[in-house]
Amino acid sequence: MANISIKQVRKSYANSEVVHGVNLEVSTGEFIVILGPSGCGKSTLLRMIAGLESVTAGTILIDDKPVNDLEPHERGCAMVFQNYALYPHMTVAENIGYALKVAGLPKMERATKVSSVAASVGLTEFLDRRPGQLSGGQRQRVAMARAIIREPKVFLFDEPLSNLDAKLRVQMRQEIRRIHNRIRATSIFVTHDQQEGMTLADRLVVMNKGVIEQIGAPEDVYHHPASIYVAGFIGSPAMNFLSGQISATPAAAMLANGERITLPAHVAAAHDGKLAQIGIRPEALSIVPAGSGSFDAVFDFAEELGNARLYHFRFEDLTVSVLSADKPKVKAGVPMGIKVAMDAVHLFDAETGKRLLARGIVLEPVPA
Amino acid sequence: MRRAYYKNNWIAALLVAPQLIIVFTFFYFPTAQALYWAFTLEQPWGGGNTWVGFDNFKAILGDSLYWASIWVSIVYAIGSTTLAVGMALTLAIFADRQLSGYKVYKIGMIWPYAIAAPAVGLAFRFIFSPGAGIMMFVNQMFPEIWNPVENGNQAMAMVIIAGAWKQVAYNFIFFLAGLQSIPRSLIEAGAMDGARVLRRMRDIQLPLLAPTFFFVLVINITDSFTDSFGIVDTMTAGGPSRATNLMVYKIFNDGFQGLDYSGAAAQSIILMLLVIALTFVQFRYIERKVHYT
Repeated sequence: MANISIKQVRKSYANSEVVHGVNLEVSTGEFIVILGPSGCGKSTLLRMIAGLESVTAGTILIDDKPVNDLEPHERGCAMVFQNYALYPHMTVAENIGYALKVAGLPKMERATKVSSVAASVGLTEFLDRRPGQLSGGQRQRVAMARAIIREPKVFLFDEPLSNLDAKLRVQMRQEIRRIHNRIRATSIFVTHDQQEGMTLADRLVVMNKGVIEQIGAPEDVYHHPASIYVAGFIGSPAMNFLSGQISATPAAAMLANGERITLPAHVAAAHDGKLAQIGIRPEALSIVPAGSGSFDAVFDFAEELGNARLYHFRFEDLTVSVLSADKPKVKAGVPMGIKVAMDAVHLFDAETGKRLLARGIVLEPVPA
Repeated sequence: MRRAYYKNNWIAALLVAPQLIIVFTFFYFPTAQALYWAFTLEQPWGGGNTWVGFDNFKAILGDSLYWASIWVSIVYAIGSTTLAVGMALTLAIFADRQLSGYKVYKIGMIWPYAIAAPAVGLAFRFIFSPGAGIMMFVNQMFPEIWNPVENGNQAMAMVIIAGAWKQVAYNFIFFLAGLQSIPRSLIEAGAMDGARVLRRMRDIQLPLLAPTFFFVLVINITDSFTDSFGIVDTMTAGGPSRATNLMVYKIFNDGFQGLDYSGAAAQSIILMLLVIALTFVQFRYIERKVHYT
């Protein structure tokens, strides 16, 4: 059990810097998910914690001890790799027990530990097989068992579920969380799948282009995204963005076609004249007769989701998506009113992309 | 899936012909000729061959000089293969660690394979000459210590080193390719599991290199029996006192210098059978231990 502290950590290859001064505090037993697109530096950060990449600048502390110059196995971390990295020439039992063998544990003791760990992840019948004879999910379990058996202070996961099919991925995700709830080791899990991040994390770290955009509980990140980037990355279906200019009188965001979304007076006054991106989640919008919503948009097509339907409208040169469980019938090419739910608008500075204010804007439909 | 095929069989025959002609001219025809000679005896002044059955083989196998030649060949095969494989593996492991300058080094390592065996032999003959260069210096410090012209063991060591040196380049290419095809993440997993460089090499890299190792072993042993003529001819001519009279060299010696075509032909048949048998044994017993992934 250990806390991890990452201070001003940077990583450069040759002349290009890929991680630009990251700070992160992970407390003991916490499950952290680092979320970001490929190439954002999340795997590099994880590998620096593991000791598989050198740290260009900054300090990584595990248990309050700097580990920059320690060998991987001296850091007390165990890692689950994306392709599992199982030793193909060893049996499942040998794979799981390899770390103990290297550590010089006697054979009997090793066998006992291997069989108890294997039982805990449901691998008992497969101990004599080789990785090549296992399915994707079973290999994943072997990789987990290999990490668990070392009783590490820290668990590191490098996109461990991305090679599995959708159904298995959900199942393994739940299993990982169950294991974490049982052994409570500090865990850092890297993924590009926002759903994985939301469901697994105690705290979510959203990374983009080598910097941390936001750190927070999944719900917080969802409801108060700190930047346009986070807002667009988190949530499915993705958030809608409209551009507009904030005006103090009347207190509203003026959209390009002259329509407006009403804002609270103090918010509008604080940002008078500012160009903003207005973010609204599809589930916060509803379809109303033309002219009675916040703005009108032309219906394009809809996607059936079973429990709801996702409607796509054309507004100026943008697409606006509306998620509706009522599934109203709309004809293609017909303009409809789009109503913005109260309390669900996110404002971002059009220049910096940063969030302009916390929640709490009261929205009223523009009178027809 | 549909197979592509030629409607006109003669086009196909024409395309295959060059390869078939080459194989027939340089393999099947000489082999058939050797078989014919091996079971016949040519009269001293020409005038037709007489069928003698297994007499040629009996004569050879009853000759202690031939058994000495087999022994010498085995020593050479084991010596040069061990050295060539060991050196190549060591070098490949270093090249695989990607220390600075390894690219230049990698290309430089491959070149010796392009040198013809007699040229290698000649170069090493100068290097190991007791009366010149570095070995002369050694001989001055310790008089009479190095003289492969008289000492059979030294002559053998010299031939083994030259033969291995040439083969190292070839083996190196395969070992390096084999090492580089092992996923990095396996090595990293080993490091996370606490294994240090040498331990990882022993437990992970070498076992995964087994298929390459097996291939290189078969090729090297075969090569050391059949392809050592050039080096022996330029370095020792089989001497001193037949200490380096390898089977291939004895075939050449008996056939083209002793003009005993029938005896030489019988020897080449025995050599061929020996190489086939060795290859079979290797596939049968060693390949079992190889784990292909």
